[in-house]
Amino acid sequence: MSESVIEFKDFTFKYESQAEPTLFNINLTIKKGEKVLICGPSGCGKSTLSHCMNGLIPASYPGEATGSLTIGGVSYKDHSIFSLSKITGTVLQDSDGQFIGLTVGEDIAFALENENIKVPEMKERVLNAAKKVGIEGFLSHAPHELSGGQKQRVSLAGIMVDDVSLFLFDEPLANLDPQAGKSTIELIEQIHKTTDSAIVIIEHRLEDVLYRNVDRVILMSEGRIIADLSPDELLSSNLLIENGIREPLYVTALKYAGVEITPSIKPGRIDTLMLSSEDKEKVNKWYKNVTIDQSPLSDEVLLEAKDISFAYEGGYQALSNISLKINKGEMLSIVGRNGAGKSTFSKLICGFEKPQKGVFYLNGNDLSSYSIKERADHIGYVMQNPNQMITKPMIRDEVSLGLVLEGKLSDDEIKAKVDSVLKVCGLYEMRSWPVSALSYGQKKRVTIASILSMDPEIIILDEPTAGQDLRHYTEIMEFLKKLNSLGVTIILITHDMHLMLEYTKRAVVFTNGHLIADTSCEEILTDERRCEEASLKKTSLSVLASLCSLPETEFVRRFIQEDKRRRA
Amino acid sequence: MSSIFNYIERKSVIHELTGATKLLVLILWSFAAMTTFDTRFLAVLPILAIILFSLSKIKFKDVSFLLWFTFIFMVLNNLLIYLFSPEHGVSIYGTRTLLFKGLGRWTITAEQLFYQLNVVLKYLATIPVVILFVSTTDPSEFASSLNRIGISYKVAYSVSLALRYIPDIQREFKDIMISQQARGLEMASKKQNLIKRLKNAAAMLFPLIISSMDRIETIANAMELRGFGKRKKRTWYSSRPFKASDYLALFLAIALLIISLSLNFVNQGRYFNPFV
Repeated sequence: MSESVIEFKDFTFKYESQAEPTLFNINLTIKKGEKVLICGPSGCGKSTLSHCMNGLIPASYPGEATGSLTIGGVSYKDHSIFSLSKITGTVLQDSDGQFIGLTVGEDIAFALENENIKVPEMKERVLNAAKKVGIEGFLSHAPHELSGGQKQRVSLAGIMVDDVSLFLFDEPLANLDPQAGKSTIELIEQIHKTTDSAIVIIEHRLEDVLYRNVDRVILMSEGRIIADLSPDELLSSNLLIENGIREPLYVTALKYAGVEITPSIKPGRIDTLMLSSEDKEKVNKWYKNVTIDQSPLSDEVLLEAKDISFAYEGGYQALSNISLKINKGEMLSIVGRNGAGKSTFSKLICGFEKPQKGVFYLNGNDLSSYSIKERADHIGYVMQNPNQMITKPMIRDEVSLGLVLEGKLSDDEIKAKVDSVLKVCGLYEMRSWPVSALSYGQKKRVTIASILSMDPEIIILDEPTAGQDLRHYTEIMEFLKKLNSLGVTIILITHDMHLMLEYTKRAVVFTNGHLIADTSCEEILTDERRCEEASLKKTSLSVLASLCSLPETEFVRRFIQEDKRRRA
Repeated sequence: MSSIFNYIERKSVIHELTGATKLLVLILWSFAAMTTFDTRFLAVLPILAIILFSLSKIKFKDVSFLLWFTFIFMVLNNLLIYLFSPEHGVSIYGTRTLLFKGLGRWTITAEQLFYQLNVVLKYLATIPVVILFVSTTDPSEFASSLNRIGISYKVAYSVSLALRYIPDIQREFKDIMISQQARGLEMASKKQNLIKRLKNAAAMLFPLIISSMDRIETIANAMELRGFGKRKKRTWYSSRPFKASDYLALFLAIALLIISLSLNFVNQGRYFNPFV
């Protein structure tokens, strides 16, 4: 069992297009049967490292390397991307984009087709692989008939048709809702138990991966490996916080309570955590001492949806009788699984689609006769992918676009207004940069700035932080919080439980086109049934609360209070 | 609009034929229809095509967009033939039977009418079969059938991927358009002149191209990681063995082509001439 699958020795790699190396002196050995998590903030080199393992470096991304890298006992120099595909099986982050076949069966078969395997044998191997991941009932389904989690299973089956010795998961949780993410981690664990292949998971959502056992966590920063520890050891250190990775919530809570975290209490997973009665006492004491401040909410209704129903052309009923009031100055989350009607609801608010029944009121005015543009003067909509919104190559032009098209203001007025928006968004220094020079998070701010320049009262954001690491996440969310404090009402469509908890007080849950809950976030996240319906999951705080015999919802509420206070 | 190239799933004899058979029949059929101007033969083909349609259980209304599109094209084509060459039929058939004197050179002769009838019949003979092929062959079988008739599988696969992404890109374009409209970019407004509208449409291509490039990079990596292009040949999950019905269909299509070619000898040329 100690045969090594991958061995990096003093490995340094520089992309052809870059002046500085992206990886420095990597020394890393991964053995058969091991399960390793690689984490680190964006740009730390973890994707580059994974490209070295599957051969995309140098096949698709050429560059210079020094030191040695052996994969399956053969130097990387003697491998081709094809010979490597027999050793490393990769599940990419984008479960839509990597779906090659037109049906599940065809997609699983892709590698076999390329090997020129005869059809009868191919069908048998496809069926076997499909059974291993539990999708054998879907072989003739098309990709759009599958959920994100199912698509990922298909990708996984597609590499299981071969006997690979390394499974490489590149951010497997990035596009999944919390429940689908949980079952992915369970599936990976099942593969770990039933094969002797090595498993490498690249992910910055540490807590979600640590839901099941991991042998080692490799922490990367700026192209270097800075820690190679067991989860218990890593969580007992401060390395995560120092390197921009979010700690598991229960660890943060324990730290707030003054509990000393050492490997001996096994903090790696919440279900291995062993708290002494003394520790529990500390948590109880902390709980009692958290001061509750109830800042009053405005009760002035800004937007009201009254009995909204909508069906798509094919007759699919997307929303049924939705009534909802949103107050001025609020920041709230809309949650629910994919296809529950969240996005449809926001499209109706913006007038992209017209409801068959029901009315929206803004400040008491019926919106029915408002055009898309007229609504947009009051309600801004920020799409998930900023690349879909940006049409101008220069930042200033992009942010001024709406005002220029409107033609109401003079050039000087537009300039002054855009300058002030750019300052609010922290983009003023970059005002004459091309958009292409920006990071994803900065582009997101550009799209928000271009909406903000139109002075909307409400901004709706679709998954504002999807795929962002902690630093970018915090950057975007703190920025939204600032806008909110300036009086802009903010509606977030999201799956991210941290975001819900940390930044919004109220959450609205959609299921199958119905509004099933409209209450505080901590109440939803401690309610098993509603979590299930919204495809969320209970947080580790709930478990910690019951470990310490404290009421869950109140515990979560107090934790958030304390967390906000400490971070402010 | 979303159903320009659309596979329509039904259970029928035509659907059960392999993609390669259908592609070959389409090619043979088109050749048969193209090589001859024998009106009797051309009149039989549309009838056969209608029979095939009913066998396929594809309803005309399923493909009405394409039918209308080609119908308009056919009318235009005929008008243009007449406008530019009102006595083309006379030069082909060698006789001149004047029906109406008409205006200037735009006379109406029986020969011209007969020639244009042939043109119409050619449309009626080929278009339904093309539409039938597109709507009864699923895109991945289309790729495997292209490969089967000798086209490199890499080319075949790119064609089928391109076809497949059309609906995705349409959807994305719609999203982009809406988000731009919300910012005040008017697309269909009559207030703006054509150049400005074109400029606005071009502005939307920018994000579309960027996101398409991302898509291409992802899919190319995914394909390469799973060994696409490794060997000279590949097999196809969706390919099916030839059955008796496939051989029968091919035999009939070859027979059609032979009839069409032999008519060239019978008529001593491409045209069947009723005027002599």
